[in-house]
Amino acid sequence: MSQLVIKGLQVGVETESGLTEILRGVDLTINSGEVHAIMGPNGSGKSTLAYSIAGHPKYTITGGAVTLDGVDVLEMSVDERAKAGLFLAMQYPVEVPGVSVANFLRTAATALRGEAPKVRTWVGEVKDAMSKLAMDPAFSERSVNEGFSGGEKKRHEILQMELLKPKIAILDETDSGLDVDALRIVSEGVNRVKQEQNLGIMLITHYTRILRYIKPDFVHVFAGGKIVEEGGPELAERLEEKGYAQYVKA
Amino acid sequence: MSGLPTNYLTPTGREEAWRFTPLKRLSGLHDAATSVLDRISIELVGSVRAGFNIETVASADLPPKSTTDDVIIQRVRATASKVTHLKIDKEAVVNEPIFLKRSAGVEKEFSRTVVTAGAHSKATVVVENEGAGTIGEEIEIRLEAGANLTFISLQEWSENAIHLGRHHAIVGRDATFNSITITVGGSLVRLLPTVEYSDQGGNAELLGLYFATDGQHLEHRVHVEHGIPNGKSRVTYKGILAGAQARTVWIGDVFIRGNAEGTDTYELNKNLLLTDGARADSVPNLEIETGEIVGAGHASTTGRFDDEQLFYLMSRGIPLSEARRLVIRGFFGEIVGKIGIESVQERLMNRIDTELARVGE
Repeated sequence: MSQLVIKGLQVGVETESGLTEILRGVDLTINSGEVHAIMGPNGSGKSTLAYSIAGHPKYTITGGAVTLDGVDVLEMSVDERAKAGLFLAMQYPVEVPGVSVANFLRTAATALRGEAPKVRTWVGEVKDAMSKLAMDPAFSERSVNEGFSGGEKKRHEILQMELLKPKIAILDETDSGLDVDALRIVSEGVNRVKQEQNLGIMLITHYTRILRYIKPDFVHVFAGGKIVEEGGPELAERLEEKGYAQYVKA
Repeated sequence: MSGLPTNYLTPTGREEAWRFTPLKRLSGLHDAATSVLDRISIELVGSVRAGFNIETVASADLPPKSTTDDVIIQRVRATASKVTHLKIDKEAVVNEPIFLKRSAGVEKEFSRTVVTAGAHSKATVVVENEGAGTIGEEIEIRLEAGANLTFISLQEWSENAIHLGRHHAIVGRDATFNSITITVGGSLVRLLPTVEYSDQGGNAELLGLYFATDGQHLEHRVHVEHGIPNGKSRVTYKGILAGAQARTVWIGDVFIRGNAEGTDTYELNKNLLLTDGARADSVPNLEIETGEIVGAGHASTTGRFDDEQLFYLMSRGIPLSEARRLVIRGFFGEIVGKIGIESVQERLMNRIDTELARVGE
């Protein structure tokens, strides 16, 4: 049983005119096995929340705390956060030319497990996970994210999540740019990992579409850098009808 | 002004072609007053197999087919009395690569080589430059109609070597020239990987990789001359510099002459600086004299590590040092992986690993 606790988190980003505040005090607790949907308009700070928890150097923490099972996450380097059990599925996964998917996955698994996975079982593990996500085996010889379609990038993110076995996963707009088939395959992957590994999930999305496949336990409306309303799945249905207009100041 | 053509003059360093090169380190190879040995330095590794032959002939019997304005190459031509001729038979398919090894002597030396890829032949030629030496050399590569030649030039010199060379391809009708130039060794290396077309439908791909550490000057001056219609060229050169005294120069001259309609060309140079103070000059130069072309473009980037790449790798638990190693190896591997000869690829990556370890990466 794991618990990610975000308390009064304030985050800024350095701009030409100084530090610009983006997150204005975020409070959120995610337990193993729970799905928390974070919904909000573009520019509300949803992605900043995801990236600052993962430790992206672009963001400056100006206040608050983030702990995983009581341990301070904000003091950790980016790789230490992953080792502690955090995973960020990115909206725009980065290309790493010349590094094959197979090499990347194995290097990551070695780093996280503290020893190189046994070749025979590892190959089977990867193959199995790839087939569940309807990925061609030839995929593993390609360079990381290079020339991948939108759907391939997102499947590759979920593949990593499946193999790296995090405790808490943050999915940043994993639904963006996916057609219905890809959305279904990716969502099934997320549900499978959640079931098998009792994963806690922060699901960041602009649209309610993905919530038909991944059922949230809690819905949080994000606007102006903080959570402005919270509720159960019924809140998502209301947002579907009324949109975000009521939360955005004119 | 003197009426002498520039080729008889010793460069001063102010010339466009020489302004990046530290002339003092050329050991006089560029200077008409320096005497240089006329010596064949290339030999076949192993024995002759079906589909090709190698022989030494008098230079006068196999004169250059191309012109050059490079003063070193003019001196090479004037000095070399003999020429090594590797001839791939017409329609031969040589499956295993043909390895040529260069062994330089202790003196300054010049040599000429000609590679002829017969009509509709297919072969891979690898030139291995290792050890020490002070050498000026020209390899003229002639592709007859429909020939498909992969030409791999490996500069794995030891740290004191000085290597000035021109590797010039003349691409015939519908012929395909794939070249891979890898330069990891040598104190000063200045290469001219150049291409011209003798007939229509020729295709040239020039890939290159250089890795300079402290004290190395590695210079590659690519020139693709589209003077014939319907030629295609792709140039991709990548460089890594480690150490404040590391120095690289990349020039990419692509000329599309007025009659070269239907030309399709793109050139790219990417440099990764691992250390402050390292200097990579990158000068892509595209001149187009006709609008009737398929495409023409160029791009050049020089920069430090991509923070987004490092963040992505680290967010999967990979420590910073390992993430840097992956990105650097990936950068090299993209070109090295194109060689397609396992033993050579392994040897190069080992050399690169050793040098990286030496500079603390």
